[in-house]
Amino acid sequence: MSVFIDESTRLVVQGITGRDGSFHARQMMEYGTRVVAGVVPGKGGQTFDDAVPIFHTVADAVAETGATASVIYVPPAFAVDAVYEAADAGIELIVTITEGVPVFDMTRVIPYVQERGARVLGPNCPGLISPGKSKVGILPGQICTPGPVGVVSRSGTLTYEVIHHLTGDGIGQSTCVGIGGDPIIGTSFIDCLEAFEADQETKAVVMIGEIGGTDEQEAARHVKSSMTKPVVGFIAGQTAPPGRRMGHAGAIISGSEGTAMEKIEAFRESGIGVARRPADLVGLVREALG
Amino acid sequence: MKVHEYQAREIFRSHGLAVPPDRVAATPEEVGAAAAELGGPVVVKAQVLVGGRGKAGGVKLAATPEEARRKASDILGMDIKGITVERVLVASAVDIASEAYAGIVIDRASRRPVMMVSAAGGVDIEEVARATPEKIRRIEIDPRYGLLGHQASALGFALYEDLTLVRRAAQLFRGLYAAFVDVDASLAEINPLVVTRAGELLAIDAKLNLDDNALFRHPDLEKLRDPSDEDPAETEAREKGLSYVKLDGNIGCIVNGAGLAMATMDLIKYYGAEPANFLDIGGSSNPEKVVNAMRIVLSDPNVKAILFNIFGGITRCDDVANGIVVALEQLEVDVPIVIRLTGTNEDEALRILESVGLPATNSMDEVVQRAIDLAVRTAAPEAAR
Repeated sequence: MSVFIDESTRLVVQGITGRDGSFHARQMMEYGTRVVAGVVPGKGGQTFDDAVPIFHTVADAVAETGATASVIYVPPAFAVDAVYEAADAGIELIVTITEGVPVFDMTRVIPYVQERGARVLGPNCPGLISPGKSKVGILPGQICTPGPVGVVSRSGTLTYEVIHHLTGDGIGQSTCVGIGGDPIIGTSFIDCLEAFEADQETKAVVMIGEIGGTDEQEAARHVKSSMTKPVVGFIAGQTAPPGRRMGHAGAIISGSEGTAMEKIEAFRESGIGVARRPADLVGLVREALG
Repeated sequence: MKVHEYQAREIFRSHGLAVPPDRVAATPEEVGAAAAELGGPVVVKAQVLVGGRGKAGGVKLAATPEEARRKASDILGMDIKGITVERVLVASAVDIASEAYAGIVIDRASRRPVMMVSAAGGVDIEEVARATPEKIRRIEIDPRYGLLGHQASALGFALYEDLTLVRRAAQLFRGLYAAFVDVDASLAEINPLVVTRAGELLAIDAKLNLDDNALFRHPDLEKLRDPSDEDPAETEAREKGLSYVKLDGNIGCIVNGAGLAMATMDLIKYYGAEPANFLDIGGSSNPEKVVNAMRIVLSDPNVKAILFNIFGGITRCDDVANGIVVALEQLEVDVPIVIRLTGTNEDEALRILESVGLPATNSMDEVVQRAIDLAVRTAAPEAAR
């Protein structure tokens, strides 16, 4: 098992002929993801790399190929409509890689997707990977290895750093999920924690947070009240000044809210072991796995 | 992006909110003329994009045009939190009977816009939220339907007893919400929202932050950007597609990815030093981005060593290595550079760097410790001079 995706996931790539879309479609195919369709309005009927049929619409792609998940690489001005389109076509998991999506638009599209029983991951996220089974997004497959640890994070490259340490120490991952660095995202830490709790393969979870908002604090309370599996964590941004956006649109300390210290304390109070350095997560995970 | 009060007032006015008449002025003479034109007492307010103007002495009341001119000459040129006041707003002063607060933000937890009102206006709303949260009335808005009539009324009733005022407030809140949506704001605030002794409801202050992600569909608003709000290096970085925040330490950082960049800064602190900046070169970085990043980091005279921390994914390590080589040719680099590269095309990158005599490591802890060590050595001879 794994969470959100597995070897049966049938993926449609929205924006498959773009610079990022084509590069990552190839990477995903090489990794073994079942990329069954591409969507580019105006290019229906063509074939991507002599292997993947392209359709004008997601609805056509679903009807012809039975796609169940979609990954979106279209520019910010069109990304939200791509999410609506995927939801209307009956896609269950909509992974939005695009960075720079208007925040207000996300507040409207997320409930729309949820009412159709589907899930948005992202935006501004690296996607997810179940090592050895499937990857959807841009996470580098070669740094991952199958195993018992679930990883959930708001970051991209910091997640790679952590996975790199785990794999280097022989600790594999069940699924690694990047939930995205924007203030409004479709899948929260808690959604991922619930999925990991229910996943038989996952024995422990690594949660990587950062400054801004209160998602980590809420996730910590959830861990304390509802999780039986051990969770360890790391929070980035202890040296970040208040009021400044640190790259990610969501990484900003507003007033006194959303500091790294507040989050670290919330983790500790909920029994979540907190690493001082990314490298220290390895020891904490080993301990958690017993 | 923050916009000035005078700009926010104009946007609020265009959505039907009652805002006292005002003028913008850059010299004491212009202020005197504006005050005479407006007639009656005025308030002169520094136009800077930082909070705490009042406490810093940047907001003054004046009874006559002459007094306005005098007070403006104190305020213009004043330094408020490192920003020089270049313009003031001259607005008709009003006879205040009561002050309230009204604001809208996008609430991360509920993933919705939330409107908040409080009868405790004119003071720091965060302070109210901390000390007496029961004094704040919050309503979550479904962004698909907007602020509903009954919600606007409920917010009005939370502030006023007089039915006429409640209706006016409800009308004003709907206008505020319309403005918030129209400009893609991340925050819209009126503090204080006042009732005058004559019973008028007026927004006498206006604060508006815009969602940077939505600026592409508001070219008119992008023009309102005030570069004095930013460090010049930060402006250059933004124009070059880099995300840079200047800090006070001496280790310059160039990293791909915001989370890893923050973790790198934290690790510098962990090993006892201070980062000079946050800098995310983003994904798919071409060599030119690296050159720009180096130039920006080197423009900070405090920098005593430059640390690269690159985890290749979309970013190719060889692109970054090529960028470093080009930067060394184009720029005068008088501080040591330490490099950590791992991931996509790492081997090729190491070959490129080796050819110009730059060693690299694949460990983040190692590179941070080395950067600190070299920064201390770079700083030492300077201190001895």
